[in-house]
Amino acid sequence: MAAVTKEQVGGFLARQGILVAFAVFMVGFTLANQRFVDPDNILGVIRSSAILGVMALGVTFVVISGNLDLSVGSMMSFSTIVVLDLHDKIGPALAIPAMFAMTLCLGAFIGFLVGYLKLNSLIVTLGMLSAIHGLTLTYSGGQNMDIADKEGTWFDFFGQGSALGIPVPILIFVLLAAVLGVVLSKTPFGRKVYAVGGNGTAATFSGIRRARVVFTCYLISAFCVATAGLLQASRSLGSQNTVGQGLELEVLAAVILGGASLLGGSGTIFKTVIGVLILGFIQNGLLLVGLQFYVQYVVTWIIIILAVWLDIAAKRGKLWSPIA
Amino acid sequence: MTGQTPALRLEGIVKTFPGVRALDGVSFEVMPGEVHALMGENGAGKSTLMKVLGGIYQPDEGQIIVGEQPVVMRSPLEAKAKGIVFIHQELSLAEELTVAENIYLGELPRKRFGLVDWAKLEEQTNAILSTLKVGFDAKTRVGDLSIANQQMVEIARALTVDAKAVIFDEPTASLTDAEKVVLFDVITDLQSRGVGIIYISHRMEEIFKITDRISVLRDGQYRGTLQTAETNEEDVTQLMIGRALDLSRNESHHELGEVALEVRGLSCGHLFRDVSFEVRSGEVVGFYGLVGAGRTEIAETLFGLRDPSAGQILLSGQEVRIHSPADAIAKGISLVPEDRKGQGLVLGMNCRDNMTLPQVDDLKAGPFVAEGAEVSIFDQYRDRLDIRTPGWKQLVGNLSGGNQQKIVIGKWLSMHPSVLIVDEPTRGIDVGSKSEIHNLIRDLAAQGYAVIVISSEMPEVLHVSDRIVAMYNGRIMRTFTSEEVTEDNLIQAISGLGGDRAA
Repeated sequence: MAAVTKEQVGGFLARQGILVAFAVFMVGFTLANQRFVDPDNILGVIRSSAILGVMALGVTFVVISGNLDLSVGSMMSFSTIVVLDLHDKIGPALAIPAMFAMTLCLGAFIGFLVGYLKLNSLIVTLGMLSAIHGLTLTYSGGQNMDIADKEGTWFDFFGQGSALGIPVPILIFVLLAAVLGVVLSKTPFGRKVYAVGGNGTAATFSGIRRARVVFTCYLISAFCVATAGLLQASRSLGSQNTVGQGLELEVLAAVILGGASLLGGSGTIFKTVIGVLILGFIQNGLLLVGLQFYVQYVVTWIIIILAVWLDIAAKRGKLWSPIA
Repeated sequence: MTGQTPALRLEGIVKTFPGVRALDGVSFEVMPGEVHALMGENGAGKSTLMKVLGGIYQPDEGQIIVGEQPVVMRSPLEAKAKGIVFIHQELSLAEELTVAENIYLGELPRKRFGLVDWAKLEEQTNAILSTLKVGFDAKTRVGDLSIANQQMVEIARALTVDAKAVIFDEPTASLTDAEKVVLFDVITDLQSRGVGIIYISHRMEEIFKITDRISVLRDGQYRGTLQTAETNEEDVTQLMIGRALDLSRNESHHELGEVALEVRGLSCGHLFRDVSFEVRSGEVVGFYGLVGAGRTEIAETLFGLRDPSAGQILLSGQEVRIHSPADAIAKGISLVPEDRKGQGLVLGMNCRDNMTLPQVDDLKAGPFVAEGAEVSIFDQYRDRLDIRTPGWKQLVGNLSGGNQQKIVIGKWLSMHPSVLIVDEPTRGIDVGSKSEIHNLIRDLAAQGYAVIVISSEMPEVLHVSDRIVAMYNGRIMRTFTSEEVTEDNLIQAISGLGGDRAA
């Protein structure tokens, strides 16, 4: 066998570490519980990852453009509550577009603050996390929202139905991922997102209207959130005000896990999808081996730290750098 | 110098990267009190060699000897502790801290309880600064200093350790002629203290002014050492690029067309005032002046990055208002900016995508970017500008400075502008690429472009311009034709002495 140096192993781990860790987890879970590789279980994991996944697609645009979006969790609560409330008031056919319009307004507002006023996205979206939560509670009066006639509506199609034998949430996730993947990798707009995130000044000097690009990224993120809210509302037909709470961090974890840099300029939709799946399977595996549900919050944190560490390590070519 | 122990000696240094032998058995030495130039084209291996010396890379073979001791350096800090000090091309100072804090960062003098001994710090710093004869003191905030003075701070930092060898990497890249004189005095001073100096630069006139010996690298190999006093530019160039270089001055004028750009009474706050000039197609107009004379600011105004406070801009006789770079590009103005890495390129993007960035909206096949068209644009300008890269997929950040600059130039040429502005086109670029870029600028004029060249290098301005605009303190002092310009009257004009009066 050819000699493998410590540096080569370190370099490989730094570059492919997350996949290696994922493989180890998968094998471990399978050995611990045969049900893990059951097709029903796998489909179940993808299905329950779909909502998170749809949100992660939009956040991928924002992160590549060099910004953050921490408001997606509470924005998703907002969309869910609004569409459930309007369902009974104006009917599902009008409720859905109305909810999309309202969510896009929120996205446009954030995009305006970050893009045109050039405010720091961390502060803006952290503030919006709280502000939108307040907006939702004010709207609902703090009450849970439920559809009155749960049997007699076609609204459950998006969250519970299936088409061609595949659950609709998975179809929507896959479809949206395909469309946004093409937008990001194949269109002039996608190219500009990378340029703005990679070097905003150079993008400006190349005649790219930076504010417009950032604004559009937040609109895309809001559109994805509205879609996620639709899936969530349709799945449960009733909801608490806090349904999306904490999702912003999981979404960010999935995006970073996929390899997008928080500094902007890198990442792809495909990688984000991988990140979403890794997160979903690990959380599912932990449940199957008998750990409490709440353990996943800690595990998610560990995964984020691991992903960020490996990202940095891959850049410097070393796992560990005591100096500077 | 025989019999003396070199301050620093490299023996048979080899460094390989996957697929490249970046350094192939490089040996050279610098004596105490000697200024030793290290020259080579971009990509010749200078940067790699410096990183080996600075402890950033470990050599695969060979050794580094400081004094008589072979040393191994695992980090920049260890290199500094061994007496090897770098003055980098790109400064690494904390702008918000004072001069004293920057100089002693990491080793601030302490009093009891670990508190900083400010009095001692200030005293030590001012002692060092006085040997450098600078016009600022220990308490000045570094961000308030000019680039030249910031460099002095870096040099002062080097003087705090017992330096055996000081390496200057393109130290004059951002300096004006007056500031260079001060720098050279400091180097002479270091020399007299017995410090060995490695001086990396592309500027021949500096090399011949201050160095004792010149060592040349080409393609990662050591090509020889010349005694500066016994050689000349041609010999050095030949050693560097393996062929002779045409340094004769270009005096040809091309057929002039219509006035492509006219500026009347343009002002922008206190940056520049009442600036009027015109550029015809087929003409190269050089803008020469000291750093801060307002040249770059004029370019930025023409490119829509600043709003003028007064005056008119006319393109082909039509008055225009330019509100953004996108506007300027649409009206046929292109700007090759002075800061290649900060303003010109997205370093993490590949060569092709960087080159086509300004026109990505126009290169469409349906809703998608027409990648085939992009590749053919890239291929066309790679061939035309002789850009050396393994392929368009290469990240721009991995290219040498000269090739990066050619990507930026290619990017703007491919927009077919009617007015092309180039700001410091050859900053930090080797001799071979430099003259290629000069020839290219002349070619562009021949093809009917109206070209504005902003430069702080007099030979460059003289070499490429049909007319030269001399600026001082935000005003145009005088416009010369290439027949009437001389070094003397040009220097007088940019120093605010009034172009016509003889000294």
